[in-house]
Amino acid sequence: MEITTSSYKHCDLLKLTGRVDSATAPQFEQAVKAFTDQSRFRLIINMKEVDFMSSAGLRVLVNAQKTCKRYNRGEVVLSEVPHTIKSALELSGFTPLFKFFDDSLTAVGNF
Amino acid sequence: MPTLVLPGKYESLVKFGDFVRQAAEDAGLDNFSIYQVETALDEACANIIDHAYGQEGKGDIECTCLVLPDELTIILRDWGKPFNPKKIRTPNLTAPLKKRKAHGLGLHFIRQWMDEVDFSFSSETGNVLTMVKRGERIG
Repeated sequence: MEITTSSYKHCDLLKLTGRVDSATAPQFEQAVKAFTDQSRFRLIINMKEVDFMSSAGLRVLVNAQKTCKRYNRGEVVLSEVPHTIKSALELSGFTPLFKFFDDSLTAVGNF
Repeated sequence: MPTLVLPGKYESLVKFGDFVRQAAEDAGLDNFSIYQVETALDEACANIIDHAYGQEGKGDIECTCLVLPDELTIILRDWGKPFNPKKIRTPNLTAPLKKRKAHGLGLHFIRQWMDEVDFSFSSETGNVLTMVKRGERIG
C-alpha cells in the first residue's frame, strides 16, 4: 500500500494505492492521524487505485469519520471508490456514514 | 489440491490472497466473486491471527484450495484456540456513527459472501474452516 497526500486550503486529500489489510491498515491509520493531530479534520480519501480493502481498512475509515465529525469540526469523504469496495462498505452498513464523490476535484469543492 | 502453509503473520495475508485469487481464477469465477473469496480468506486469516493465536507469530495457517469448474472450496486450518461461531453476533449495521464498533465484521463478510461456511474444532486435527464459493452458472 502507498499513500500520497496533497493539501488544499480547506481540506486534505489522501490517495491510497494497493492493498489495505491488517498488515497495512496501521500505516493508513497513521497517515490519517498525521492530519487530525494538526487539527485538520476535512479529509478526502481517494480509493481509485485500491485493489483490496479488508475490514481492517474499513475500520480505519469509520474511526477516522468518528474523529473528524466530532464537535462538527469536519468530515471524511470518499472519492472514486471501486465497486468492489463499495459493496464491502454496503455489507458493513457503512455507506450512510460517508459522502461519495466520482472525482476528487468535486470532493474538494464540497468543503 | 494445492496447499499453502504460512506463518500466522499479517505479512502472510498478501501471499494467501494471491494463492486463493489464482485458484478462484482457475475455477472460472467472475471478478466480483474472486474479490469476495479474497475478502473471506483475508478476514478468516486475520481472525485466526487475532483470536485463535491471539497475536502474530504464534502458529501456522494452512490453506488448501479445491478447484472444480465454477466451484472453489477453501479449507483453512489452524492450531490455535477454538471458538463458538454461534456466539459471534452480527455487528449492529445501522447504529449511529458514534456507536459503531467496526469490529466483528470479518465473520459477517465470510457468512454473507461465501455460499457454504462450516467450522469444525478438534484437538487432533486443529480448527478447520471450510468455505465454498460457486460461480453463477451453478450458484
